[in-house]
Amino acid sequence: MQSIGEAFHLALSLVLSGEADLYEIVGLSLRVSLSATVLACGIGLPIGALIAVSRFRGRGLVLIVMNALMGLPPVVVGLLVYLYLSRSGPLGFLGLLYTPGAMIFAQTILIVPIVAALSRQLLEDLHAEYAEQFRSLCLTRWQSVATLLWDGRYALLTVGLAGFGRAVAEVGAVIIVGGNIDHLTRVMTTAIALETSKGDLPLALALGIILLVLALGVNAGVQALRMTAARQAHV
Amino acid sequence: MSDLPITSVPPMARPRDEAAPKRPLLPLRVSGLRLTADGTALLDGVELTLAPGGCTVIMGPNGAGKSLLLKMMHGLLVPGAGDVSWNGIPAAQATARQALVFQKPVLLRRSVAANVDFVLKSRGRDRSRRDALLREVGLLHKARQPARLLSGGEAQRLALARALATDPEVLFLDEATASLDPASVLVIERIVAAARDCGTRIVFVTHDVGQARRMADEVVFLHRGRVAEHSPADVFFPEPRSQAARDYLAGRIVL
Repeated sequence: MQSIGEAFHLALSLVLSGEADLYEIVGLSLRVSLSATVLACGIGLPIGALIAVSRFRGRGLVLIVMNALMGLPPVVVGLLVYLYLSRSGPLGFLGLLYTPGAMIFAQTILIVPIVAALSRQLLEDLHAEYAEQFRSLCLTRWQSVATLLWDGRYALLTVGLAGFGRAVAEVGAVIIVGGNIDHLTRVMTTAIALETSKGDLPLALALGIILLVLALGVNAGVQALRMTAARQAHV
Repeated sequence: MSDLPITSVPPMARPRDEAAPKRPLLPLRVSGLRLTADGTALLDGVELTLAPGGCTVIMGPNGAGKSLLLKMMHGLLVPGAGDVSWNGIPAAQATARQALVFQKPVLLRRSVAANVDFVLKSRGRDRSRRDALLREVGLLHKARQPARLLSGGEAQRLALARALATDPEVLFLDEATASLDPASVLVIERIVAAARDCGTRIVFVTHDVGQARRMADEVVFLHRGRVAEHSPADVFFPEPRSQAARDYLAGRIVL
């Protein structure tokens, strides 16, 4: 318990000290995870919407696989991305290994299934409401997808949040493909893992507290946006 | 100029589809329409012909199959058996030339104006018509408001404006005024009557006998999934031929 109190104190002093190293780690964490979230939304949302409006043979199987992929182990994703990005791998020519780009790549793969599966569920409910109107207006499948994504945009923020939460909290993938290199690929989670292994528990806890506060801040921002939208009856 | 069939004209010489006069959508011929669910016949051999012009009101007790028939005519439901023929025009093309106003308006999560814009854009229509449409249904002053904040009557008027934005040749209304206050009902009726006067064929499902008397040029009375009666309004209301219609108009329970 003593170390928790100490950690809070240390976290506060770290933030107040304005230490450049800390802000660099925080900044990189946000950059990597937000980039991965944006990319995953760009890929996962249309997939989710398309599956929501489509009926085809084997759809049930696709849903099972998609839901199962939500639980992809980060270390497995990290390992696969490592194999692809390593010098002898098929994407080795990109020279991305041990760069923030590789971390974004890995996190994107990790959270695309989450975004696709959750958005599919959400947009399927919305589609149930709109389907007859869409058919009456003779909309094409892509017009339906675009309309669902636009009309569900505020609700989909929650899906983006779930993806961001998964990305910012994972350590397995980024440590494998990023390597936790100081001033280059060190993010909050890898720094926490490192400090824990070094036995500096108060510092690890302090970083954890900062990470939690960051996640809370992003959540609060999105929630505020949703509430504004709800007041305008767009949700 | 020889009387060659149109198929013999070289493709480049043919007029573009939109420039060519459209084949009329009506008459509509519904023949032997059946739909069953769990062994129960919801529609049981419906035969119906709708000629161009005017307003047909479809009436009948709950469960008679009115909404199902409407949705099949519009192409939203596929019948188990039978045929819906819009003057030989393929079903998908026919649907695109009609509009349906649902009992519960389905409004997009956008502003009032954006709801109309959406339909105009999806049909490739000029968006400058939006204000005129909103003015017609008395919602121009609420154009910037979120559509989902509208009252029930306003929401239904917006749904009607969206339907009219497609320039439908046939306008279906499925109990579109159920649960609206009398003033809103009259506003909707006025708009629908104006559309009818401009040549739009109206097919209106309602339980409201007073409304049917005000709107109908002819009445189709459904009972147990069949057309029990199809008569001009001035014949149907004073002298309904079927016992079910007589009971219905007298306010008696129709089983």
